[in-house]
Amino acid sequence: MPEQPGQPEEPGERAARPADSEAAAPQQPTSNRRAGMLIGLLCLLLGFALVVQVRSTTDASGLGAARQEDLVSILDDLSAREDRLRQDIATQEELRDRLVSGDDQSDTALAEALLREQQLAILAGTVAAEGPGIELTVSDPGAEVGPEVLLNAIQELRAAGAEAMQVGDVRIGVSSAVTGRAGLLVIDGIELTAPYTIRAIGDPQTLEIALNIPGGVVNTVSRAGGEATIEQQDAVVVSALRPVDDPEYARPAEDEED
Amino acid sequence: MIPAFALLIGVILGLVLDPTVPLWLQPYLPIAVVAALDAVFGGVRAWLDGLFDAKVFVVSFVSNVLVAALIVFLGDKLGVGGQLSTAVVVVLGIRIFGNAAAIRRHVFRA
Repeated sequence: MPEQPGQPEEPGERAARPADSEAAAPQQPTSNRRAGMLIGLLCLLLGFALVVQVRSTTDASGLGAARQEDLVSILDDLSAREDRLRQDIATQEELRDRLVSGDDQSDTALAEALLREQQLAILAGTVAAEGPGIELTVSDPGAEVGPEVLLNAIQELRAAGAEAMQVGDVRIGVSSAVTGRAGLLVIDGIELTAPYTIRAIGDPQTLEIALNIPGGVVNTVSRAGGEATIEQQDAVVVSALRPVDDPEYARPAEDEED
Repeated sequence: MIPAFALLIGVILGLVLDPTVPLWLQPYLPIAVVAALDAVFGGVRAWLDGLFDAKVFVVSFVSNVLVAALIVFLGDKLGVGGQLSTAVVVVLGIRIFGNAAAIRRHVFRA
């Protein structure tokens, strides 16, 4: 490394110029001490500033030392990144909301479907049912009670709001048919003999009134020489089941769905 | 001896106090430190040469720092702050190297 000790414009080396040192030489110790203190102060400042600068550079991960234009570009980058991340957040939240509400909707739909299935199963007679209702016993000592009497009873009960019924061990459904003759009734192909027991679930009072109307079931039965006794019960069990026939031709109509 | 002690005390003070550099000073502090280092190396060299003068040292120290800060300030105003800072650091670095070489020759005779 070449060096020119006498270069005049280098302040640090101006001390090397004999003129300066000669000019300083006659100074007395008081000024010397003052100069020493000044130098000490400057050196103290230098050390202080050095450490502070090093600290600030390491602390701020270089941002403190970065220039304005760099900072602006860094800020731009960060802003763009923030925008992107915010968009991501919005998208994800939307997705989450959709999933959550979809979950809710399908849960509700499932619950509704289950409820509906149970209702339909009770109506169709594929599950046992239990509830308040009546038990109607029809005795027929003279074998005079014909199928029309039983059919009438079933229809009266149904009109009075019976939700599930069974005659003997036969569940009454939409396609139940009462056939046979007096003394030997046949419901859905199953022969029944007196006394006939009809269990119906519904409002017990309404059902009883429906059966007791003048010219109604009780009247008809007593006219035929039998006796109809009605017993209101808090818990009637309709446990007979009907087989489910899969419809062979009928399909749910497209525009009927939903 | 005193300057070395003072330098040490300054370092310790900086470590202990750990101040934050004020915003307006941030562009100037690194350049000022380098300029001051240059003055110190020049002073050490002059001292080894037996030509040390306190007044010259103090003046050169202060003027070095002020000029360096002024150059950075001017550079910022002209929009070439970064480049001028680099130029100042390069020049001062060369001078520090030169002084360090002279000191080395004095100390190690090589």
